Amino acid sequence: MSGFVEIFTKSLAEYPLITAFVFVGAAMWLSYAASKKLTAGRVHGSAIAIVLGLVLAYIGGKYTGGKKGIADVQMLSGIALMGGAVLRDFAIVSTAFGVRLEELKKVGVPGAVALVVSVVVAIAIGAATSYAFGYTDPVSMATIGGGAATFIVGPVTGAALGASSEVIALSIAAGVVKSIAVMILTPLVAKRVGLTTPGAAAVYGGIMGTTSGTAAGLAATDPKLVPYGALTATFYTGFGCLVCPSIGYLVLNAMFG
Amino acid sequence: MVIYGLFLMGLCMLIGNFVGNLFGAMLGISANIGGVGIAMVLLVVISQRLMDKKKLSEAAQAGIGFWSAMYIPIVVAMAAQQNVVSAMNGGALAFVAGLGAVFVGFLLIKPISALGGKSDVAEDSVKGH
Repeated sequence: MSGFVEIFTKSLAEYPLITAFVFVGAAMWLSYAASKKLTAGRVHGSAIAIVLGLVLAYIGGKYTGGKKGIADVQMLSGIALMGGAVLRDFAIVSTAFGVRLEELKKVGVPGAVALVVSVVVAIAIGAATSYAFGYTDPVSMATIGGGAATFIVGPVTGAALGASSEVIALSIAAGVVKSIAVMILTPLVAKRVGLTTPGAAAVYGGIMGTTSGTAAGLAATDPKLVPYGALTATFYTGFGCLVCPSIGYLVLNAMFG
Repeated sequence: MVIYGLFLMGLCMLIGNFVGNLFGAMLGISANIGGVGIAMVLLVVISQRLMDKKKLSEAAQAGIGFWSAMYIPIVVAMAAQQNVVSAMNGGALAFVAGLGAVFVGFLLIKPISALGGKSDVAEDSVKGH
């Protein structure tokens, strides 16, 4: 009956995006049901859905050996379209609809401060970790420091400074760990760290900076806060790519070079 | 028409992306600086103007609203295609660096938010849902 399996797989693979809608729809339904039945609504359905997505990404990665999680399974390739940068950014922009300009103005200054402070802090933490694990040259420290900012700043810095591919891979891994940790931890600690207002959300976006992490973290915490966090987070990676290989490296080089 | 909403939002996004790339190129880095953020600010400003003049039809608003409602499912699809295996394989260094940045980040939210003073708008919109 291998013919049957092939026809089934082919039928799903012929409409990748539609298969993704059905698959994600089912995952959402399951997650919201679990939220209601198993946690009496205490853990939000979207948080469960995002963690479920990450678990599926792990299974997909183990099973296929690829880099794109469950989207590397051929019949689920549409997940890469649905959750790719194009639709993600389009959906993020759409959340700005209905936000008042006056509100944006009020969150601007703390958001910008958060951006600057946290890029510096992330590079410092990444560089210190790098040093502690024996990567003590300024190039490696700056690259892993960039990775602690986001998984894009790390490789951009590494490429600019000529870091080894091992160090670049580590910097990407650090960035991915950060992004996943932000997705999972945000809804759990939101109240305790004061993430309850648009102002705090803007600061949070500027601090965490990972677009995917903040997008998912805020979605699972309170969808009303999404536009504020998303707005500041989109400046983070560009700012990090600007600062990390230049000022960041120069400072590290002066200290450890 | 629904497509007018997508036209407006898409145009904001393309302009934002262009300006973000322009900023990047001016600063000599191959990264987009704030493209999505610029698009969001544009959408806020333009849609507010159009709504005040009653120039944005219900259908056009529904076109934008659809994508806004698709946000969480899209984020779930995004989560499902992360390279979780490589994050797990990065070893202790990746975990310490990544988690360290996140923990310190959470601690910074309160003090930096306080810089903005107590925002009354913030409280209003939290009450509103």
